[in-house]
Amino acid sequence: MTEQAHAPIPYRIFVVVWVLLLTLTATTVAVSRIHLGPLNIWAALGIASLKSALVIFFFMHLKYERLFFKLFLLIALVTLATFIGLTFFDVLYR
Amino acid sequence: MTATSSATASGRGFLAPNGKGLFGWIFSTDHKRIGLLYMYAVLTFFLVGVSLGVAIRLELIAPGETIVSAETYNTLFTLHGVIMIFLFIIPGIPAIFGNLFLPIHIGANDVAFPRLNIFSWWLYITGATIILVSLFTGGGPPDTGWTFYVPFSTETTTNVPLAVFGVFVLGFSSILTGINFVTTVHRLRAPGVTWGRLTLFVWALYATAWVQILATPMLAITLALIILERFLGAGLFDPTKGGDPIMYQHLFWIYSHPAVYIMILPGMGIVTDIIPVFARKPVFGYWAIAFSSIGIAAAGSLVWGHHMFVSGMSDMAILVFSLLTFIVAIPSAVKVFNWVATLYKGSISLDPPMLFALSFIFLFSIGGLTGLILGSAATDVAVHDTDFVVGHFHYTMFGGTGFAFFAGMHYWFPKIYGRMYNKKVASLAWGIMFTGFNILYFSMMILGLRGMPRRYYDYLPQYTNLNVVATVGSWILVAGMLLMFLNLLRGARSGEPAGDNPWGALTLEWTLSSPLPAENFPTVPVVERGPYDFDEGIQRP
Amino acid sequence: MSDAGHSATHKDYTGAKLGMWLFLFTEVILFGGLFVLYAVYLDRYPSEFGSAAQELNLWLGTANTVILLTGSLLVAVSVSAIRRGSRGLAQWMLWGAVFTGAFFLFNKYLEWSKEIGHGIYPNSPVLLRKEHGEVIFFGLYYITLGLHGLHVLVGSVLLAVMAIWVRTGRINREDFVTLENSGLYWHLVDLVWIFIFPLYYLLL
Repeated sequence: MTEQAHAPIPYRIFVVVWVLLLTLTATTVAVSRIHLGPLNIWAALGIASLKSALVIFFFMHLKYERLFFKLFLLIALVTLATFIGLTFFDVLYR
Repeated sequence: MTATSSATASGRGFLAPNGKGLFGWIFSTDHKRIGLLYMYAVLTFFLVGVSLGVAIRLELIAPGETIVSAETYNTLFTLHGVIMIFLFIIPGIPAIFGNLFLPIHIGANDVAFPRLNIFSWWLYITGATIILVSLFTGGGPPDTGWTFYVPFSTETTTNVPLAVFGVFVLGFSSILTGINFVTTVHRLRAPGVTWGRLTLFVWALYATAWVQILATPMLAITLALIILERFLGAGLFDPTKGGDPIMYQHLFWIYSHPAVYIMILPGMGIVTDIIPVFARKPVFGYWAIAFSSIGIAAAGSLVWGHHMFVSGMSDMAILVFSLLTFIVAIPSAVKVFNWVATLYKGSISLDPPMLFALSFIFLFSIGGLTGLILGSAATDVAVHDTDFVVGHFHYTMFGGTGFAFFAGMHYWFPKIYGRMYNKKVASLAWGIMFTGFNILYFSMMILGLRGMPRRYYDYLPQYTNLNVVATVGSWILVAGMLLMFLNLLRGARSGEPAGDNPWGALTLEWTLSSPLPAENFPTVPVVERGPYDFDEGIQRP
Repeated sequence: MSDAGHSATHKDYTGAKLGMWLFLFTEVILFGGLFVLYAVYLDRYPSEFGSAAQELNLWLGTANTVILLTGSLLVAVSVSAIRRGSRGLAQWMLWGAVFTGAFFLFNKYLEWSKEIGHGIYPNSPVLLRKEHGEVIFFGLYYITLGLHGLHVLVGSVLLAVMAIWVRTGRINREDFVTLENSGLYWHLVDLVWIFIFPLYYLLL
């Protein structure tokens, strides 16, 4: 018995995603050259998150996986975010 | 043709030689053999850790230098901590009893990744060996305390890099076990084993496995940074280069606090499985206990800063972490209430597993309540780094996890070996241990409240009497443990054959032969009832 | 032989993938520790981090980003290819991805040779004369990118092994989860770089 979660993903989807990723890369470089103060880092992280979402959902097939895979990824990311966030309760208020 | 469930017909079940000799054990992919491999390795290191503890108490029986120098004393408590924490308590229950019984509890024939499982054991052995080698090479055994705080850990000439690397390897063993168990619970449950029919031991192991996966890598990077700091001097924790030593503490405790939940959750799981059997009652509040395991894992990952109240952290952080620490007490208390409610109006039988389980509740409660004193920042300032802390964590880790471990040993012994130990001697050993334990560690808490610092080999004369009392308590405790282990050894060799279900329990392992068979379920079991349904008037044997 | 016995020899595809994703979470947390430190020190030394970043080669960094993204494309295509039975295409894609890994590491060698040539490396006299924030930036830079480079190396080796296994048929249309899992590992390496790139190369 071979269980297949989904049909093989068409190549063109990957190519489209790749083009989007390159576009976002160019965007992030361009935006970073403009002085936006503290906004720069958040813009960079925002674009990086978008790129990551593309890699995770398409290249890593998460879009086609069962719900609990997505839930588990969310748990891992929230965990890391919490570690950083709670640390900042110290660092920001020294 | 079904596998017989009679021990005598099949001989020694999974214990029987399979023609491969030693290699049939150390390269086995059978979860039951791997569980025993872990047991023998873990108990060996436990005894080493106990010896170190005895040595520490001998030094502390009198003020001044008694049997060792100050430097040696530092290595004693460092090794005691490293061995007990990384080689006994963290792996202990999951790697031994989890490996032995998790697959059986869910009706599976093995874990999801059997080869990864034996690889985890080899990582454990490798990590332990590396730590042992560090004792005799380089600058000798580390003297930093098991917490390896900077700057001392980056400056001391002792063999910190090798010891820390050994712990790093052990971390991977833990991570792989966690990955194996989560996947196993999700993918290998037999028909009818719904989430609501899992044993609470499995729920506890599941929650623990998540913490192993998400917290241990933080330890890995922290340890790697110590080694890199010693060799590269990047300065990430060095104020002379712009670094912040408190950041080391954050990274270290982000793992090491959840680690204590890795330690206690499986122990709570064992206790939860034992109490219904020896109270002859269904467990009270199944879902409350199941979700409290998840709750403890989640909330316990948010509280690490309570180890750092006097480190120089901001007041805001002190407030936040103290508040979060109080919150994590809630799911733990839920469990205590549910255990006690399970006992209420039960038909209690004080067999050795039950003695250990009941004393777990008592000892863990003391540990947990003293944890609140530590979690409250104002009181913590007075007791931080005193023997009060040492008393607290021994009540939780030893009185808690340790006693739960012994409970598991006495509960599952007949299932593993097909023989019964002498119950009277086991109960006597328990009584001696319980007495010695409280004399030893309660004295420490009083000493701590009176101001005796931890990790000091010397102390002011006014602390002498209680230190003598504590040391004598340690001898009583060790005597009890020796009696316990000797009794179990004799039971394994020549105890009376135990039946398949000497305790009259309802979980799946008791439907199999004693000793456990080589193949768990030749035909896939179908489960139609919960693991604690004692309402059906099942007779105690 | 029972069902249970059969399941030992036949693969649980979902289970294997689940195990791999759980392992990837550990990698996220591992690098996460370094990102915790980065976040804290960026907050403490915003302008020094900006000045230090000017020392890095923006073009090589951008090129490396494109290189890894392309590697991910090739790996993703190779999985679809093997599922269609296109063994040849799968192998080309995998060797292509291995090449991107090698190219990435070569660029890293160029960058680091130059930076180390300028006397900038952990604990160097040149570095220690700079501002504290710059010392910390470069400490994090070498450790984070070093750890990442190690993962690129491991990933490249893994993909090369996968390419060989496609050729020998060990990975095939019916049984390809090992390739898929190796692909997941490679994508993780790409993901980590997606964050490293702006945080180290794009600061002003």
